[in-house]
Amino acid sequence: MGDLTRNFYVVGVGGQGTLLAADVIATLGMLQGLDVKKSEIHGMAQRGGSVSSQVRWGSQVFSPVFVAGEADCVIALEQLEALRSLHWLKPGGIALISDYRINPVAVTMGRAQYPSNDAVSGYLADVHSISVPAMQLAIQAGESRTNNVVMLGVLAAQYGLNDALIRQALELSVPERFLEANLRALQAGRAYYQERGQDAH
Amino acid sequence: MKRLMQGNQAVAHGAWAAGVRVAAGYPGTPSTEILEHLAGMPGVYTEWSPNEKIALDVAIGAAYAGQRAMAVMKHVGLNVAADSFFYAALTGMQAGLVVVVADDPGMYSSQGEQDSRRYAKFARVPCLEPSDSQECLDMMQLAFQLSEDYDVPVMVRLVTRISHSHSVAVAVPDRLEQGSEPPPFPINTSKYVMVPANARHRHPVLEATVSRLEAAANQLEVNQHIAGSCRVGIVTSGVAYQYVREVLPDASYFKVGMCYPLPMEALRRFAASVERLVVVEELDPVLEEALQQAGIACEGKSLFPLVGELSPELVRAGLVRAGLLPAKPQPAMQAIPDLPQRPPVLCPGCPHRGIFTILHKLKVIVNGDIGCYTLGYTEPLAALHTMGCMGASIGVAHGVLKAGVAEQNVAVIGDSTFMHSGMPALLNVVYNRTPLLTIILDNRTTAMTGHQDNPGSGKTLQGLPAHELDFKSLVRAMGIDEVYTIDPYKLEETESILRHCLALDEPSVVIARHGCALLPENRRNYRPLKVDAEKCIACGICRRISCPALALSSELYPKTGRAKTRIDPLLCAGCEICAQVCPTHAILFRRQLDEQGGL
Ligand SMILES: Cc1ncc(C[n+]2csc(CCOP(=O)(O)OP(=O)(O)O)c2C)c(N)n1
Repeated sequence: MGDLTRNFYVVGVGGQGTLLAADVIATLGMLQGLDVKKSEIHGMAQRGGSVSSQVRWGSQVFSPVFVAGEADCVIALEQLEALRSLHWLKPGGIALISDYRINPVAVTMGRAQYPSNDAVSGYLADVHSISVPAMQLAIQAGESRTNNVVMLGVLAAQYGLNDALIRQALELSVPERFLEANLRALQAGRAYYQERGQDAH
Repeated sequence: MKRLMQGNQAVAHGAWAAGVRVAAGYPGTPSTEILEHLAGMPGVYTEWSPNEKIALDVAIGAAYAGQRAMAVMKHVGLNVAADSFFYAALTGMQAGLVVVVADDPGMYSSQGEQDSRRYAKFARVPCLEPSDSQECLDMMQLAFQLSEDYDVPVMVRLVTRISHSHSVAVAVPDRLEQGSEPPPFPINTSKYVMVPANARHRHPVLEATVSRLEAAANQLEVNQHIAGSCRVGIVTSGVAYQYVREVLPDASYFKVGMCYPLPMEALRRFAASVERLVVVEELDPVLEEALQQAGIACEGKSLFPLVGELSPELVRAGLVRAGLLPAKPQPAMQAIPDLPQRPPVLCPGCPHRGIFTILHKLKVIVNGDIGCYTLGYTEPLAALHTMGCMGASIGVAHGVLKAGVAEQNVAVIGDSTFMHSGMPALLNVVYNRTPLLTIILDNRTTAMTGHQDNPGSGKTLQGLPAHELDFKSLVRAMGIDEVYTIDPYKLEETESILRHCLALDEPSVVIARHGCALLPENRRNYRPLKVDAEKCIACGICRRISCPALALSSELYPKTGRAKTRIDPLLCAGCEICAQVCPTHAILFRRQLDEQGGL
């Protein structure tokens, strides 16, 4: 594969719209004229389990999955899922992380602990990452369920993808009546990146 | 037009382009989306049948009647349909018949992993194996063609990574149309009535068909020789091809597109053209065994795992072991150890939670079945103790009772599973008499696989109105008098009925009827509950029902210093099961919230 190869690892919790986010990233690759493969495991996705999807862009992509340590970018819609996925990053890769937290049942039951803020900072110390208050931004933009698209706004800014392209990708992936809300979320993510992103390493 | 297509979508599209007229199946991850896509396409009749055997019989009937037909199922569905799979190979059909089977290496959502390519050889059914969406699309068309050319069903074998991966494929704008006039039914009893005398004649015909196809396979385009370095030749198929091609781009390849019957002549030539022959395949050594049987030396499972899903990582490791690749340095970062896991759980508002809350309390042994409710086995509910395959619960429970154990025993089975293969087992309970309590968990849908309609839901695959099975009358007609319909959201009622049935010395059935909380009509009625923090004593009893909507509050109960309960309004459906178990009435019911207004 040529220099254009990009591996994206998208993670979240069932019900968060992880797979939709991955769909949009895959479509973005297509729209740039690249070969694209995307792979995910569903079936249990609605049941509050961890959900992940892999997207690959390249001049010619063979395998629909890549290997841990090969992701150019990890996009995490939930903090614990981000930690679970950091080792997918390749050296020099970037993690875009929503700071939203969803307690697993084991935590609610008191049988396990959600990593503290300090622990999270510790794990992220050596990682190039951007933490995004995606849920907060989505609520401000009018619809909590678009927190996945806020993250796509951050991604678009990180990869210099223009609005027309990402709008086209969104149109192909979300029903028309949700398009406006999603575009607002997208702008919120992009604006956040521009204000805070560059220096938040 | 070029499109990003899911493998399953491409299978549907390829079948449509090939002019399929009748398609039947039973849902099962990772195959389910195939029929769902096909249902939206013009000119095809599609249905969810009650189980895979019926689906295959339906497709066989349509192909007998001269229309291209297909049956769709997951790997274990082929176990259910195996009887029909074998006779269809013997009879052949008037028009093309394709059996699409999706394996699940790694068991992402299955009770076992098995390699369906074994079935192809077992039943003498030719088998194609696509390695991306474009091939799914193309091979479906080839499958119908081969089926008609050779008068034999053709199997298309998928795996999770093909079914659920997206890749670029070119959609076919037109479909192959067959005549609109129905042909006369082919009366040909020596071909279509498999009494021993006829079957004896058909078996050699089938063996001869396979031999002819094996010879033709050497010229088939889907069996591809990709020239590369002659130092090593790789024989591979399906998704494994993609992994190894990426990891070892310079080798010579023989990509097997039809894995049964194999193009042995072409393979022999390929083997002779390379210094070393390595077979890379997922699950069973099907290709490897065939090569070895033909006296072609090769390496395979000595390098790659027999168990689980293959990956570029595992393929690379095998090639390192073979000395064909240098060892790769360890990745810079290791996975962070000991993070809290996030296994699937019953959703907030799941009606199964009510039943398992009571079964847990009653401390009975629960013989379970497959569906969302299998999650009743997880801590802290821990109220399901056996589960093997669809429809097993009732027969197993009957056997346990016949053997006799100290504990009380019940069977739980979902509505779809009951209609799939539970009904004959319940008949057996009546016929051979055990005082078994069977609980039918009627959540009005086939939830586990993504809410497919079924004969009890009142709608067809197309969403059209259908007759709704009346479970109560059915069970009565089987000869069970003790039948009760309950709402599992109502814990007191549920408990008293279950206790009543457990005390009987005759068979009984409880139909626990409440729609899945994720059905659109139920989602509209979500009403998040609230905790009155004043009353909460942080006893944690509510959290034992294992609901993801119950969270820990930052407020502590002063006497114990433990965290009180808080309800996540984004997750709570308002089923009130937690409110019913709360000993201090701290969780407010919908009615109380209404009274308080606007709280
Ligand atoms: C032979 C076979 N076919 C299909 C499946 C896939 N599958 C697992 S559970 C299930 C149906 C579950 O529906 P239901 O019994 O109504 O329970 P629910 O999930 O709604 O609780 C299906 C189709 C399987 N495991 N085995």
